[in-house]
Amino acid sequence: MSIVTNELSFYYGKKAAVYDLNLTINKGFNVLLGPNGAGKSTLFSMLTGLYQPSSGNIKIDGYDFRDNRAEIMKSMGVVFQQSTVDLDLSVKQNLVYYAALQGISSSEALTNIGDILSQLKLTQRLNDKVRSLNGGHRRRVEIARALIHKPKVLLLDEATVGLDIDSRKMITEYVKTLSQQLGICVLWATHLIDEISADDQLIILNEGKVKVQGISRELCETHNVADIYQLYRMLTANTEIT
Amino acid sequence: MNRTYLYCFNGIVKRDIFRFFQQRSRLLSALIRPLLWLVVFAAGFRAALGVSIMEPYGTYITYQQYIVPGLCCMIILFNGMQSSLSMVYDREMGSMKVLLMSPLPRPFLLCSKLVASALLSLLQVVIFLFFAQFVDVDIPLIGYITAIPAIFLIAFFLGSLGLMLSNLIKQLENFAGVMNFVIFPMFFLSSALYPLWKMKEASLWLYWLCQFNPFTACVELLRFALYGEIEPTALTTVLLVTITVSFFALMSFRPQHGRSGK
Repeated sequence: MSIVTNELSFYYGKKAAVYDLNLTINKGFNVLLGPNGAGKSTLFSMLTGLYQPSSGNIKIDGYDFRDNRAEIMKSMGVVFQQSTVDLDLSVKQNLVYYAALQGISSSEALTNIGDILSQLKLTQRLNDKVRSLNGGHRRRVEIARALIHKPKVLLLDEATVGLDIDSRKMITEYVKTLSQQLGICVLWATHLIDEISADDQLIILNEGKVKVQGISRELCETHNVADIYQLYRMLTANTEIT
Repeated sequence: MNRTYLYCFNGIVKRDIFRFFQQRSRLLSALIRPLLWLVVFAAGFRAALGVSIMEPYGTYITYQQYIVPGLCCMIILFNGMQSSLSMVYDREMGSMKVLLMSPLPRPFLLCSKLVASALLSLLQVVIFLFFAQFVDVDIPLIGYITAIPAIFLIAFFLGSLGLMLSNLIKQLENFAGVMNFVIFPMFFLSSALYPLWKMKEASLWLYWLCQFNPFTACVELLRFALYGEIEPTALTTVLLVTITVSFFALMSFRPQHGRSGK
């Protein structure tokens, strides 16, 4: 399972948000790091088919996105930066609705994610309205929802933004474990350096281009810097830092 | 339709109906608005506006009786526009993305949304007709049955129109303005509140505007359907505009407005 982009570009008017992006992302936990405006969300929107690339193509598990949208969407789970859970519905109703959109019955859906709900401590909250949940729990619901159809690729766009330290830690660790247990390809976009560990696959994106890609520790060694923060500073000089 | 499509369709319809009942104020305002027209406006105007014998009514009717199909269409029009407004809202708030993550074709997803909206319109009209009985509106029992397909078709047309408008609108704030430019002209330039021959006496060009307004065809289709009859011209017009508008609505759909490549 892999995500491959080939000379992928996207323009807002005349401004390039993503430019000639050549990227290969394999299974495991992959971090996409970049400052605000680096092109992370635009890349996500193209990977999920919400934006049409201006040029280039995307292949997921060998399927070209333009010709195999349905196949690709079946194998993809997404957690967007902006919360997309329906506040007026319960946790269960949100999950069942998403499962229905994937063409899955409610019973099958709940069976699929029984363990995940339990690991995310959501089993007792299935009948609660999402409006009554805190930010951390809402994010957990979105993660559970993204896994309901057993995807092979999981995309998370700044999934921990706005959460407290404990919730961030819990969610980051859970997704890392999940990528190992299920053997899926996870692309985790963030601008928070403390979410990256030395063994993670790291891609640094800036001004719509890939600056580096590789294992964090090795990248630091190659660039002769002490840590990811310094690497990031070096590669995104003159750009806002979060 | 295989099971995948069926589950998806069910999910979309159930969700929209459930959300509708969660928003009690929406249900209340959907009913209060036409009931006010029926009880207050019609009471004031029944003395001023006499309605002579006309098809499909076999005899003289009260003004309340006359405006019921128009008010039913008003409910459908408001609901269609409100559903589209919620699509603009969903697009701005991001929940539209969830719908678009479905592997099923987008036209199918949007059609399912339109069917859900049409069912909600049907439900609101049925509730309105129930209350209308208490203000001397007499509709034959068969009319309740024959009106169902007419209401559904009109709702699908007006929902598609709303969807098409929502595709043209970039921001939520702009939608209210467009609604005013669509809802009020459509409603007032139709046979909803007055027979067109009355309009012809007042102004010939206004009469022709009303004649060419597809909403007039909707009102007339429902007026006849409520009496177990079919008005062929109105039916043909509504069918044609429904096909045309829904085609353009589905084709012009953009998941993220203003977000396309160079």
